[in-house]
Amino acid sequence: MSSALADDDRRDDAAIRFIGVHKWYGSFHVLRNISLTVARGERIVVCGPSGSGKSTLIRCVNRLEEHQRGSIVVDGVELTDDIKRIDEVRREVGMVFQNFNLFPHLTILENCTLAPIWVRKMPRRDADELATKLLARVRIVDQAHKYPGQLSGGQQQRAAIARALCMTPKIMLFDEPTSSLDPEMVKEVLDTMTALALEGMTMIVVTHEMGFARQVADRVVFMDGGEIVEMNAPLPFFQHPQHKRTKLFLSQILHIQH
Amino acid sequence: MDALTYVRKAPAPEEAPPLLSSGALAWARTNLFSSIGSTSVTLGCVALVAYLLPQLAAWATTRAIWSASDGAACRQHQDGACWAFVVAKWDYLRFGSYPGAERWRVDVTEAIGAALIVWLLWINAPRRAWGAFLFFVAYPILALILLRGSSWFGLTSVDTQLWGGIFVSLLTAVVGIVFSLPLGVLLALGRRSSLPAVRLASVVFIEFVRGVPFITILFMANNLLPLFVPETWTPDRLLRPLAGIIIFSAAYMAEEVRGGLQSLGRGQYEAAMALGLKYAPMTGLIVLPQALTLVLPGIVNNFIGLFMDTTLISIVGATDFLEAMNNAIKDPVWAGPTIMVTGYAFAGIFYFIFCFGMARYSAHIEKVRAKGRM
Repeated sequence: MSSALADDDRRDDAAIRFIGVHKWYGSFHVLRNISLTVARGERIVVCGPSGSGKSTLIRCVNRLEEHQRGSIVVDGVELTDDIKRIDEVRREVGMVFQNFNLFPHLTILENCTLAPIWVRKMPRRDADELATKLLARVRIVDQAHKYPGQLSGGQQQRAAIARALCMTPKIMLFDEPTSSLDPEMVKEVLDTMTALALEGMTMIVVTHEMGFARQVADRVVFMDGGEIVEMNAPLPFFQHPQHKRTKLFLSQILHIQH
Repeated sequence: MDALTYVRKAPAPEEAPPLLSSGALAWARTNLFSSIGSTSVTLGCVALVAYLLPQLAAWATTRAIWSASDGAACRQHQDGACWAFVVAKWDYLRFGSYPGAERWRVDVTEAIGAALIVWLLWINAPRRAWGAFLFFVAYPILALILLRGSSWFGLTSVDTQLWGGIFVSLLTAVVGIVFSLPLGVLLALGRRSSLPAVRLASVVFIEFVRGVPFITILFMANNLLPLFVPETWTPDRLLRPLAGIIIFSAAYMAEEVRGGLQSLGRGQYEAAMALGLKYAPMTGLIVLPQALTLVLPGIVNNFIGLFMDTTLISIVGATDFLEAMNNAIKDPVWAGPTIMVTGYAFAGIFYFIFCFGMARYSAHIEKVRAKGRM
């Protein structure tokens, strides 16, 4: 999984651009005038209180949610109602969910090979080989022939990461990947994500794991009430938060975590 | 070390459970004899069974007439079943009026069908995809040629008006099951479609069929179907009730499948979409396998209902097994007070075996699924 940074003939030098994005659920204004540019190879951690729109933000990137105003350009492709563009973006963007969302009726290996075979039209043997390689990388290759229900939460989430990586995505989205894990399993998933970040993957991670943010993020984005309140490199973000809402949020979560 | 600190040095020994907490005796005590009321109900039921069962058994076996050439013996021994009647009418009950010299064709069709069905139902059978192809594509063509006859193969033509008996019941059930499930799945998907026209058409079809008794559907299929097709092509007399049963069963199947589709979490759809899967592979590989497994008991329930509904096709002139039995009972040679009871008891056993078999198979599948995947 080499970084997309090296490509210099890209149509767009940024991985993702949000330009003045608004979204409503009915009359509820979830995203308010979001503008954010994510460079290739950049790691962004998004945090904020629940209901602040952070999950909605990253779900707009692969069009699991649609925005109603403004524009989102992913890897040079602007997201519209055009199914072809949506498919093109989804092929290049991997996503990891809070509840894993593995397919319970398929083995771990089949979970991983499904999309390469059916979307990338890869021969089954090649897909098996690729999946085995990636499962080895997340250290669960010995579980390849089990069903998701037979694995622990941490193992399932690592399998979900491997499944997303099997599509060799340019961008990875993580939607609270450790929030539904037992505490002793959080580290194994964060370690996997850290390793991925060190290889140069472009990542947007919605998480409350501030240790991970400190160690891995290039920028931390704090959202509240559907807008980006503060955005900074991790060190100044944690040491000198500017906005009072950021200060309040940090004081609330840090005293729980440490 | 003070009293507040404690370190275990050896594991606590494992102890056997108390005597009366497990085993048959404990089960009986909690379920059958837990109170005075429960004990008296248990004893009452046991007494009733002990009184009735021997009489029923004797009626069906020791006091029954097993062989006779006409009804005379049965008229004399009225306290036992007249199985000789079923034996004598067996060929008619199986084949209806299918010509005697050609009945081997029905036997061959049934044997091949049974073998293919076993192949498909046996979960770990080798090459099930091949079995499915043979059953769903090759077998119907073969069955049509064998049963209807074809001059190319030197098989004389047998009009469907002559078909009857168990063979027609099984044929109707298999055709109904094989066609109504896929049609029901399509209707269920249509009902959840994002295209308004497709959704409306599915809803109208499902609600119309569900709102009308099966007999009405049969009459409509029998009398209206010929009006919808070109005059030169008159739909076969047996094909009409078959179409009716497929339409009727598909509507109920659709509602069953819709329940499965709705109980599937949104996360499954989102994960499939995030991986870039389009609608068809997402539906075929992720959604339907899970939804159908989830509602398997309901689907089998529909199959059982369909199998019993096959007895209604006689209303529009087809001779199913029950109708053949009705005809056989009317035979004056076998007239007698025990004939009707014997005939319907036999029909009951026949339907029970098939329906109970389907129910047990569904329970077995559920168990296998639960063990393997969850």
